[in-house]
Amino acid sequence: MALNSNIPDGPIEKKWENHKFKMKLVNPANRRKHTVIVVGTGLAGGAAAASMGEMGYKVKNFCIQDSARRAHSIAAQGGINAAKNYPNDGDSVYRLFYDTVKGGDFRSREANVYRLAENSNLIIDHCVAQGVPFAREYGGLLTNRSFGGAQVSRTFYARGQTGQQLLLGAYSALMRQVNAGTVEMFSRHEMLDLIIVNGRARGIITRDLISGEVQKHLADVVVLCTGGYGNVYYLSTNAMNSNVTAAWRCHRKGAYFANPCFTQIHPTCIPVSGDHQSKLTLMSESLRNDGRVWVPKEKGDKRAPRDIPESERDYYLERIYPSFGNLVPRDVASRQAKFRVDEGRGVGKTGIAVYLDFADAIKRQGEDKISEKYGNLFQMYEKITGENPYKTPMRIYPAVHYTMGGLWVDYNLMSNVEGLFVGGEANFSDHGANRLGASALMQGLSDGYFILPYTVGNYIGSTDLDKVSEDMPEVNEAYQQSKERLDRLIGMKGTKTVDEFHKELGHIMWENVGMSRNKAGLENAISRIPELRKKFYQDVKLTGSANYVNSELEKAGRVADFLELGELMARDALNREESCGGHFREEHQTPENEAKRDDDNFCYVAAWEYGEKGHVLHKEDLSFENVKLATRSYK
Amino acid sequence: MKMNLKIWRQKNANDKGHFFNYQAENVSEDMSFLEMLDVVNQDLVKQGEEAIEFDHDCREGICGACSMVINGNAHGPERSTTTCQLHMRSFKDGDTITIEPFRAKAFPVIKDLKVDRTGLEKVIEAGGYISVNTGNAPDAHSIIIPKEDADLAFVAAACIGCGACVAACQNSSAMLFTSAKISHMAHLPQGQAERQRRVLSMVQKMDELGFGNCTNTGACEMACPKDISLENIALMNRDFMKASLKHR
Ligand SMILES: Cc1cc2nc3c(=O)[nH]c(=O)nc-3n(C[C@H](O)[C@H](O)[C@H](O)COP(=O)(O)OP(=O)(O)OC[C@H]3O[C@@H](n4cnc5c(N)ncnc54)[C@H](O)[C@@H]3O)c2cc1C
Ligand code: SF4
Ligand code: FES
Repeated sequence: MALNSNIPDGPIEKKWENHKFKMKLVNPANRRKHTVIVVGTGLAGGAAAASMGEMGYKVKNFCIQDSARRAHSIAAQGGINAAKNYPNDGDSVYRLFYDTVKGGDFRSREANVYRLAENSNLIIDHCVAQGVPFAREYGGLLTNRSFGGAQVSRTFYARGQTGQQLLLGAYSALMRQVNAGTVEMFSRHEMLDLIIVNGRARGIITRDLISGEVQKHLADVVVLCTGGYGNVYYLSTNAMNSNVTAAWRCHRKGAYFANPCFTQIHPTCIPVSGDHQSKLTLMSESLRNDGRVWVPKEKGDKRAPRDIPESERDYYLERIYPSFGNLVPRDVASRQAKFRVDEGRGVGKTGIAVYLDFADAIKRQGEDKISEKYGNLFQMYEKITGENPYKTPMRIYPAVHYTMGGLWVDYNLMSNVEGLFVGGEANFSDHGANRLGASALMQGLSDGYFILPYTVGNYIGSTDLDKVSEDMPEVNEAYQQSKERLDRLIGMKGTKTVDEFHKELGHIMWENVGMSRNKAGLENAISRIPELRKKFYQDVKLTGSANYVNSELEKAGRVADFLELGELMARDALNREESCGGHFREEHQTPENEAKRDDDNFCYVAAWEYGEKGHVLHKEDLSFENVKLATRSYK
Repeated sequence: MKMNLKIWRQKNANDKGHFFNYQAENVSEDMSFLEMLDVVNQDLVKQGEEAIEFDHDCREGICGACSMVINGNAHGPERSTTTCQLHMRSFKDGDTITIEPFRAKAFPVIKDLKVDRTGLEKVIEAGGYISVNTGNAPDAHSIIIPKEDADLAFVAAACIGCGACVAACQNSSAMLFTSAKISHMAHLPQGQAERQRRVLSMVQKMDELGFGNCTNTGACEMACPKDISLENIALMNRDFMKASLKHR
C-alpha cells in the first residue's frame, strides 16, 4: 500500500486552517448516534474523550488503571511548551516549529509540527480556563522556564508536577462528561485486539481486569492513545503498566509501525542501584536550568565531590557546547554522559553516573528559591538515594524515557487502517528522531483537544459506515483469538517468571539497541530475541486463572508483545544506516563524535508492515520546504 | 536483611480473608518497599502459588495507585511518603511487617491488597471541575491570579487521590480528599461561578456513597502523602454552610 500523508496544500501557516474549513461536519443532533472508542486516558486520550463527549458523540473510554487520573501522563514533571512569547524573548509559532523540527534532527513531518506549534497557545489558554494552577509571577501573570534545545523561555510549569496538573485538568473535563452521560468509562479494562470489518476499524476486544471477562466493544471509530513502549527495555522511566500491546495488536492487524527504533534516552535519571531495580526515576530536565553537569578531569578519581577543586572538574557540556551549555538537547547530553563513563570518568559507587551540581545556583539564588522551583524533585531524589542534593551533587545517568516511534499516521492522525486514529506518544508523528523537552505534553494535548475531535468528525462525516454487530465473523474471530491467547498463556507451567524474561529482553535491548548502536550488536539482538521468544512460550510460568484478577497474566501478555517489538526495533535500527537524534550508529559519526545524518538516503519515515513471514518496509519521503536541512549544531 | 511479613490475602470481596506469613530474604536497603514485594511474588510464582495482588503504577509517588496499610499506617511509617516511595532503609533486619489493604466501607477489597476506590471518582464526577468546553477559553493572560492564590490552589491540587485519608480515618471520611478539590478551585477566579453548586453536590455525593463524617481527629492529614492540610476541610465546611443557607 502506498503511504499517503494527506498533507493539505498551501503555505504552511494556512494548511490547518484551510483543512479545517474543508472538513465534513457532523450535525450536532446526529453525533450521539456515533460511537467513538477512545483507548487511553492520558493527556491525549483523556483530552480527546472529553472533547468529543462535549461535542455530543457517544464516547467509550478505556484504561488499565483503576482511575483515568492515574494514566502515565500524571508523572510528567518539567513542563509544557507554548509559543506565547510572554517573556518577550523573541519566541513565535515559527520559532517553536523551527526548534522542534531541528530538535527532531529533520526526521519529522513539517506540516504536523507547524500545526503543533500553532495549537500550543490554545492549550495554555484552555488549561488555565480549566483551573490548572501553573506557576505565576507576583504580578499574577504566568511565568516560564527553559528546556533543552531552545534559547528562549517557553516552558509553562506547575512546580515539578506539570503532567499531574494537566492530566487532572483533562480528567476533570472527562468526569464532567461522564456525569453528563456522554462518556462511559471503562477503567481496569485492557484492550487485547482491534476489530476490523470490511477494512475499517470497528471496535476492540478487551479484558475486564477484575472479572477476567473478555468483551467485544463496537464503534464507528477507534482512537488509540495508549502511550509509549519504553518498557521494552524493562528498566525505563515509564510506569509499570505502560506497554505496547494495544498498538502492537493493531500493528498485527495491518497498521504500520513507524520508526520503531527512535527511542529517547533521557540524560538525567537516578542511576541503577542494584538487580532488584524495577524502574528508573527521572529527574526533570528543568533541573538543567540551574544544575551544572560535571565529572572529574582525572580517571578513577574517587574523592567525594566537594573535595574535588574547581580546577579539577570538567564541566563537559559547557566546554563542548558553549552556546547551549547544560541545556543541549537530550540525545546530545545522554551521549556525552555515556562517553564520560566509557572513558572511566564516571562517578559514584558503580562509576556509572555523572554529577548534576546545584552548589552555584544555591549560592546565587539561595536555598529557598531552589526549593521553590524543584523542591519535590529534590525530595524524591533523597527518598530514593538517601542523599541530600542541597548538600551534595546529584548523581545522574541516562535512562530510557520516551519513544518517538509509534503507529504510522497521516496528517489527520489516522493510521493506514481506516477508522483507526492514533494520538499522543502512541503515534510517531511530531518528534522525528529526538523529542525536545516539554513537547510531549504539548503534543498529547494538541492531538487530544485540538486535532482528533476535528479529524474524527471529518471521517465520520465523510464515510458510509455499515452496521456492525457482535455476531459477525470478524468480531467473533478477534474475540476467539484473544481468548485463545489468554488460555495459552495461563496454561504455561514452565520454570521462569514473566519478569525474568522481561529482564533478559531488557538487557539485550539496552546493550544492543540502546544509546549507541552498531551492526554487530543489532544483528546479535536480531538473532537472540527470537530465541528468547521461543523460550518464553516453552518455559514461562504462570499461576492462578484468567477468570479473576491476575497481574502476572497481564504482564505476560505485554511481555509477549515486547518480545516481538524488540526485534522490529533492532531491524529498524539496522536498516537506518545513519545517525540521527537519539539513533546513534557508531559507524556514522563525525570526528567529534556527533551524529552524522545521511539525508540523501534516509530522509524518510520507515513504516513497517507486519507479515507472518517478516516485516515489509514502506518509506514515506520527508521534504523540508520551510526549514532547510542542516547539520544540527548546539556549539 | 531478612524480613518477616504478615500479609493480608483475600480472594475477592466475598471472601473473609486472612493473614499469611512470608519471609523476604536478601533485602537490600536500597530496595523500595514494592521491590521487596516483587521479590516475594517471584518466589511465590515459582512455588506455584498466586502472586499477591496490589495496585501500583508510577512507583514515584504521583499516580496514587499504591495503597497499603503497613504496620497500621496507611502508606507506612514515613510522613509525606507513598508506599512506593518507602524504602527498606526505613526498616531493620529481622523486623516483622504487617501489610493490609486500605480498609473502608466505601473501598471493597478486590483481591489481596487491591481495593475498589471508585467512590472517589464519583465524588469528582459530582462537581470537581470547572465547566469549560474545549475551544471556549480566553487568552491565558486575561485571567490574572495573585501568586499567593495560585500557590494555594496548587498546594491543594497536589492531592493524588490515593484514599489514604479515608483508610486512616476511623469514620472512613473522604473529607480531606473532597476538600482538596474544593479548595483548589475555590482559590481561583475561574472556580467562582460554580463554587457553591460544587461544594453542595460533592458533599452530598460523599454522604451518599457511605463515606463517614469528620470528627476532627486529624488522622487523615497525618497519613496524607502529599501534606494536604486540614485547613482545606475548614474551608469546605465554611463554603458548605454558606451555600446551604443560600440554596435552602
Ligand atoms: C517520568 C516522566 C516525566 C515526563 N516529563 C515530561 C515533561 O515534563 N514534559 C513533557 O512534555 N513530557 C514529559 N514526559 C513525556 C510525557 O509524559 C508522555 O509522553 C505523555 O504523557 C504521554 O501521554 P499519552 O496520553 O500519549 O499516554 P499515557 O499518559 O501514557 O496514557 C496511556 C493510557 O493508555 C492506557 N492504556 C495503555 N495500554 C492500554 C491497553 N492495552 N488497554 C487499555 N488502555 C491502555 C493507559 O491506561 C493510559 O490511560 C515525561 C514522561 C515520563 C515517563
Ligand atoms: S488528600 Fe492526601 S491522602 Fe487523601 S487522597 Fe489526597 S493525597 Fe491521598
Ligand atoms: S505507584 Fe504511583 S503513587 Fe505509588
